[in-house]
Amino acid sequence: MKYSAAKIFLEGLFGNRGWGKAWREPEPKKNYDVIIIGGGGHGLSTAYYLSNVYNIRNVAVLEKGWLGSGNIGRNTTIIRSNYLLPENEPFYEFSLKLWEGLEQDTNYNSMVSQRGVINIFHSDPQRDAFVRRGNAMLLSGADADLLDENALRKLCPYLDFENARFPVKGALMQKRGGTVRHDAVAWGYARGADMKGVDIIQNCNVEGFIIKNGVCSGVRTSKGDIRAKKVASCVAGSSSQVMSTAGIRLPIESHVLQAFVSEGLKPILDNVITFGAGHFYVSQSDKGGLVFGGDLDGYNSYAQRGNLPVVEDVCEGGMAIMPMIGRARLLRMWGGVMDMSMDGSPFIDRTHIDGLYFNGGWCYGGFKATPASGYCYAHLLATDSPHPVARGYKLDRFRTGSLIDEKGVGAQPNLH
Amino acid sequence: MFRLENRGLINREKRLNFSFNGKKLHGYEGDTLASALLANGNHLVGRSFKYHRPRGIFSSGSEEPSALIQLGLGANTEPNIRATTIQLFNDLVANSQNHFGPLEWDFMRVNDFLSPFLSAGFYYKTFMWPKSFWEKIYEPIIRKAAGLGKLSGEPDPSTYDKGFLHCDLLIIGAGPSGLLSALMAARGGAKVIIADEDFLLGGSLNGDHTQINNDTGVNWVKKTIEELISFKNVRLMPKTTIYGAFDHGIFGALEIKTNFDRIKSDKPRQVLWRIYAKQSVLCSGSSERSLLFGNNDRPAIMLSRSVRQYCNRWGIIPGKKISIYTNNDDGWITAKDLKEAGCNVVMVIDERPDIIAPIKNVDYRLGKKVVETKGSLRISSIRLDDGTKVETDCLAVSGGFNPNVHLTCHERGRPQWQEKNQCFIPGKTPKGMEVVGAASGVFDLNSIFEETTLKMKKILSYLGYKHRKVIKLTADHKPYNVSAFSKSLAKGKVWIDLQNDVTIKDIKIAVQEGFHSVELLKRYTTLGMATDQGKTSNVLGLSVLSILKNKPIEEVGTTIYRPPFTPVPIGAFAGRSRGKHFKPFRLTPSHQWAEQRNAVFVETGNWLRAQWFPLAGERTWRESVDREVLQTRESVGICDVTTLGKIDIKGRDAGAFLNFVYANNFGKLAVGKVRYGLMLRDDGIAFDDGTTARFSEDHFVMTTTTANAVTVFRHLEFCRQCLKPAWDVHLLSTTDHWAQFAIAGPNSRALLSEILDPKIDISNESFPFMACGKVSIFNGIEARLFRISFSGELAYELALPRRYASSFMEHIFEIGKKFNLVPYGTEALGVMRIEKGHAAGNELNGQTTANNLGLGKMVSKLNDCIGNTMSEREKIDGEAVLKLVGFAPTNKMQSLVAGSHFISKGKPAKLANDEGWMSSVAFSPMLNKSIGLGFIKAGDQRFGEKVDSVNPLNKEVIEVEITSPHFFDPKGDRLRG
Amino acid sequence: MIIPHPHLGPRDACEFVYKGDAELVFRPERVAPVDYDTFHNYLYLRQNPAGAHKELWYHEYGDRSWLVVTRNTQTHEILKVEFASEYLSGQKDRKSNV
Repeated sequence: MKYSAAKIFLEGLFGNRGWGKAWREPEPKKNYDVIIIGGGGHGLSTAYYLSNVYNIRNVAVLEKGWLGSGNIGRNTTIIRSNYLLPENEPFYEFSLKLWEGLEQDTNYNSMVSQRGVINIFHSDPQRDAFVRRGNAMLLSGADADLLDENALRKLCPYLDFENARFPVKGALMQKRGGTVRHDAVAWGYARGADMKGVDIIQNCNVEGFIIKNGVCSGVRTSKGDIRAKKVASCVAGSSSQVMSTAGIRLPIESHVLQAFVSEGLKPILDNVITFGAGHFYVSQSDKGGLVFGGDLDGYNSYAQRGNLPVVEDVCEGGMAIMPMIGRARLLRMWGGVMDMSMDGSPFIDRTHIDGLYFNGGWCYGGFKATPASGYCYAHLLATDSPHPVARGYKLDRFRTGSLIDEKGVGAQPNLH
Repeated sequence: MFRLENRGLINREKRLNFSFNGKKLHGYEGDTLASALLANGNHLVGRSFKYHRPRGIFSSGSEEPSALIQLGLGANTEPNIRATTIQLFNDLVANSQNHFGPLEWDFMRVNDFLSPFLSAGFYYKTFMWPKSFWEKIYEPIIRKAAGLGKLSGEPDPSTYDKGFLHCDLLIIGAGPSGLLSALMAARGGAKVIIADEDFLLGGSLNGDHTQINNDTGVNWVKKTIEELISFKNVRLMPKTTIYGAFDHGIFGALEIKTNFDRIKSDKPRQVLWRIYAKQSVLCSGSSERSLLFGNNDRPAIMLSRSVRQYCNRWGIIPGKKISIYTNNDDGWITAKDLKEAGCNVVMVIDERPDIIAPIKNVDYRLGKKVVETKGSLRISSIRLDDGTKVETDCLAVSGGFNPNVHLTCHERGRPQWQEKNQCFIPGKTPKGMEVVGAASGVFDLNSIFEETTLKMKKILSYLGYKHRKVIKLTADHKPYNVSAFSKSLAKGKVWIDLQNDVTIKDIKIAVQEGFHSVELLKRYTTLGMATDQGKTSNVLGLSVLSILKNKPIEEVGTTIYRPPFTPVPIGAFAGRSRGKHFKPFRLTPSHQWAEQRNAVFVETGNWLRAQWFPLAGERTWRESVDREVLQTRESVGICDVTTLGKIDIKGRDAGAFLNFVYANNFGKLAVGKVRYGLMLRDDGIAFDDGTTARFSEDHFVMTTTTANAVTVFRHLEFCRQCLKPAWDVHLLSTTDHWAQFAIAGPNSRALLSEILDPKIDISNESFPFMACGKVSIFNGIEARLFRISFSGELAYELALPRRYASSFMEHIFEIGKKFNLVPYGTEALGVMRIEKGHAAGNELNGQTTANNLGLGKMVSKLNDCIGNTMSEREKIDGEAVLKLVGFAPTNKMQSLVAGSHFISKGKPAKLANDEGWMSSVAFSPMLNKSIGLGFIKAGDQRFGEKVDSVNPLNKEVIEVEITSPHFFDPKGDRLRG
Repeated sequence: MIIPHPHLGPRDACEFVYKGDAELVFRPERVAPVDYDTFHNYLYLRQNPAGAHKELWYHEYGDRSWLVVTRNTQTHEILKVEFASEYLSGQKDRKSNV
């Protein structure tokens, strides 16, 4: 069923009775070409690109809960490609380009809104680092603008220019960055994959892998054994748990990241703003809520909830940079479990077990990567070679020293 | 006026004026804004989120979904305030929100007529063509129409405070079960906090005509509170919402300190408390829910118990012709109280066919349903399923009660379905939390008192307190009976979520499209996502889903509630940490002295450091900085370097320890000598650098960079306690105890000689480069002297006890006059270090190795030290890696830019040709040109080669020559002189 | 969270700085020939359990002790707290470097 304004009009006239299922709810078959473990954003986008670009359609996505129940449903919806390192920037720029055409690709309005992402700097060394980054972005074909204090004042007059503890000196801006309606991304990909014949199986828990002589040929699930030529793990947040059943120890720790939303407000914030002297970033959703976040809670956790110190830390950052939000009220807080990797960068790679593939370690940058992660994972699954923009994301990079450490904090996941 | 005489807990002596939408009205002390509006006959107060339907006051508490108003004006304005929770104060200004044009004639109500086309998720299916229209046309319209209230856009003028409280027992809610719990705990001697969001403690008892022990409930509340106040071990906190339960018995609380009368004072408006409780009792009561019938959203359709509370607590006449629609016994209590108050109850409709009407002096219908309502800005009539039409201007609805289980979910406990009372009761609660009263699904007072007594006995004995005499309470309450959810028979729109405009049709469409798991349903329809977090709508929605899926509600499941219980201002979470108080200031020992000399300061972490010292007549910072550099290199300058981390290291194994934590060898450092040390992380990346001096066999003094002072100390403690626990090593951070000054320049020795006590010989022979020792200055002040140089000059660092620092500066400048002594700031410090090619923060950015920094040869190959093993990995140890070198523009007139990238001549500027970046730049007054340090591939083998330094951000390309990083005095003659 | 310090009693977790898995105290010693694999595994690979986790916390705003805290990563419940040095001496057979 193709969605369109005309279809909405017709359905409206006849009581909205004609809307069909957005996707089927099939029982699993015995055999697939590819099994994707995890029906979150990355798993569904992998299924979408496998079936739509690489023409591999005998695919199952196994989701232990409901579709999109991972971090795709609990993030702060920001997209951007303002990375520094050559292993990252082309990948995220590829992702941003996919975002730009997503709705037309999937025939689903996920409200990609290129509102501009503004990273504020407060000191000379910070400006130097942002200039280096902005130039790296431009050299990779992305967009970047350096705003001085006056230009920033014009764009964001509500920032605390007068009384700031750390002076607001300017910003690095990516105009093409912005926000997306996060749940809709999962739904759009699911619908697009389903239409090409991908089986999306909800409430199907993967309990282990079928591995013999170093070859993986399927998975054991709560709905029985399912065989596949290739098994692709895509369960960021639970990567260590799932991969441990294959005897694999990962360079990953699980940490909780909290996010917050305020009550609905009339439009007051046009851009995505990131404070440079504390932990706070914010955007305003189309529904009017201020969606904001900050730093990790900082300890290993699978609890999907956080604690008060970080809530206060984030709000302090918010009030320090934009004291106009003091009377906006925090409506909901929630926590997502992040695969925090040892250098802050992800993995899209084969494992040492034949037929078993791994995608994870997205830290808290997974949402913006959703399209490219799926595309590149699909490429790897289809061709058995890494996509050119994802070549750096190898599982063994710490052995060789090919670190991709944007923040420069080393093997300390809670600092990335 | 719609006010009953002689009824209600309001003070009619105290009249309070307020305005709503510009209309001047009045109420009394004890009113909420909602009760005062109702007393003025004002039911219409706002518009809904999506269809802009007229909205009235629906409830009398914090569960209110509809009566959201914009409170106050100017910078003090506050959006989305529930009229039902605001205590009325004099000169309150309230305005309705979310309408275009007057409230009565909102132009956006056109959405209501378009609603067939605006069903659940419609926006996911359209607005995609043409592509460019989304951001330019569709989205701005959607954004403008969405949202509710407005922020002023000005800084929040109020003060918020934070505090910490500790107790044995936190009691959440001061209704009947909360007050009884508090009384038992208080008498038992436990340290108790009892908090309630209302300004009047007593909970439901204040709005009911219940009898307790043959006295009125209101009197029992009064007496109980009087007794509680008399206990020193009890803290009563009205107007305090426990908004969240967190790990290990930590609760978040928000206390409304003042209503808005003290806006201009510096007293806090609200206080955010963190409460540490050994045990907690949740006594949060229950919230009523509505029933499903056509157009059940009109103003003056209200929850039944709220109607009763408005009548009893505030003396309100809610309507001239009131009807009641219920499926449980509670609706009849409302009918009884309204009748007693003299209100006109036109009809009671009970869905249950098989009951005996508890009161007879009223027209009632059993086994009937309301199916449709009429009215525009207020309900005017209802129609029953048997076709009966009843004129009515207020419909009180009771669909049963939902225990307020919210806080039990904050650690992801999932509520359980209780068939008997048709509600969700607490599942797994946070550790140490007990739930009593209506919150636990017990609805009649006598059972509540019994249950509370039983559970409190256990809690008190667990806490180690004696439980004294049983408090025997008996109420005139009957057990409660409610009928099961039933299918709505209405043809028209039936509202579930009044604020977000979610109707039964939306749920049908969502299920039809496959969004039938509760979480998907919530996200697709936005059910329960409004500012009330679905307090009145979630369970109704689940009942509809269960009927549509033909599955019992416990199989359909439920979503869980997240903190906060009610919204908390961001300003309150931030407290006083805003503006200049965002982070504390650390001041250097010479700060005051520098201030008097008009220094310009710069934030370095939490430190403020003097950046430069402008003199009269200097127009630009460059003039000042150039002068400071020239004067230092010409004669002598002084700079406060106290901010560097200083760590005393003592013990038999201190030498071995340094050997282990530094990448270069320290074992053979002689007593009285200083050495440069490079510290790596265990992954082989450069972590920090500094110098360490050896004062005796077992005493070393380490300096770290300013930025890493704290993390280096933490790291050393890790190495000491966790990696080398058997070694005899002791660490002490002395950063704040020693003031340290760099004294640099050809005349530094001569200047120092004047302040050192006699007989201390610092000639080049006896105190050469990299010497150190304990000295005394100004007649016996002990000090430490290090002959080290960051500037490249003959230089010393002098450390003295911090308390002398200010007078030291006074004196040395007096003495220094004859040497033309100049104070220099961080800017000149930076220029001189770049002239000398020393790495600093921009180079030690956590991504560079010893090899990158040109220090690869220093790293020990034999010993085990932190970082050397992993620094030998192939990708970071090769010849072709980035190397730190110098860069100078071939055209001396051009200024280099830090953050530029290097591209070989003739190659296009793109990622594939990117060879490195410029990390630091400065204008060198000595060389009279711009110079830079940077990293470029194999740079140490490319001296003399010209490359492009590109800065596409500013569309600029500068040709630079690769040079040695040592621009000035490369052989180091000056510092050894 | 509240961490019961062995000497100082219950302390708010804000006083502490977190490092990670307590396995980090078992740092391999560098001996010839250098075993890079062991170093890599020590530094980069984690068990990352969902459940009881022994982990390092540093009492930075306190007595500067490094503690080994056993905490459930699913519920945040704290099961045991000991000084790192105590923990190490209880694990003597694993120590190659002391």
